Amino acid sequence: MWWEGCPSTERAHELLRDALAGEGLDPDSVELVEIETEDDAQRERFVGSPTIRIGGVEVAPEPGEPVGLNCRVYRLQDGRTSPTPDPQDIRDAIREATT
Amino acid sequence: MNIGDTAAHFELPATDGTNHGLDGKPAAVVFTCNHCPYALAWHDRVLAVARDYGGRARVLLVNPNDAERYPRDSADAMRERVEADGGWPAPYLRDESQDVARSFGAKTTPDVFVLDAEGRLAYRGAPDSDHEDPSLDAAWLRGALDAVLAGATPDPAETDPVGCSVKWRQ
Repeated sequence: MWWEGCPSTERAHELLRDALAGEGLDPDSVELVEIETEDDAQRERFVGSPTIRIGGVEVAPEPGEPVGLNCRVYRLQDGRTSPTPDPQDIRDAIREATT
Repeated sequence: MNIGDTAAHFELPATDGTNHGLDGKPAAVVFTCNHCPYALAWHDRVLAVARDYGGRARVLLVNPNDAERYPRDSADAMRERVEADGGWPAPYLRDESQDVARSFGAKTTPDVFVLDAEGRLAYRGAPDSDHEDPSLDAAWLRGALDAVLAGATPDPAETDPVGCSVKWRQ
């Protein structure tokens, strides 16, 4: 799920496609959902762009994050902050969803 | 603002209550904020520039985001962030009216504007080419300041600002 106020959608999409391919899954199975309004964000419980859900389960969830049109801050496994999730977190979520 | 344009006079309050603006020295005005991952990724590099160029040029960090919709960018949240770090080497200014961001034409956080001593815009864009690579060390910003201090033209003089859109009041 993405919001146009953040430029990280394309990179997140690439990371997700790479992770799916790496797990032997179809990278074209990704559904892109644009969140355009605060109402959309509330309805989808969207806490920021990009948000990746696999089988409805969020990658790198951040409990307590406010719902709304935000750019999401992810914490990488080396401790740095990033606009996109750690690739390992995406792979872990895919494995969790497929086992 | 376009390259060569002169910045309008401004004064904005910092987190410690003092007012800051352009003061006849070369300056980097960096629009930034508390919550954008791009601003956070470049933050240490920009502060390092402020430390390294102190005395020769000013670095002014300006947060223009609408704090009603984004409370993490409120004046209180800005002050808490600076205090949590034990102080910053550059003032963190609140542009509550968003007039300064509008006059510069800021688009994103971060969005860097380097001005010469007369307030003319010499560089506008990103701090360097990759928010994910700290080793780049804000090279475009440093290069622009070096050029301005030497009386030369930065190369590049303009790059695409990369970051979250400025959160304008609605």
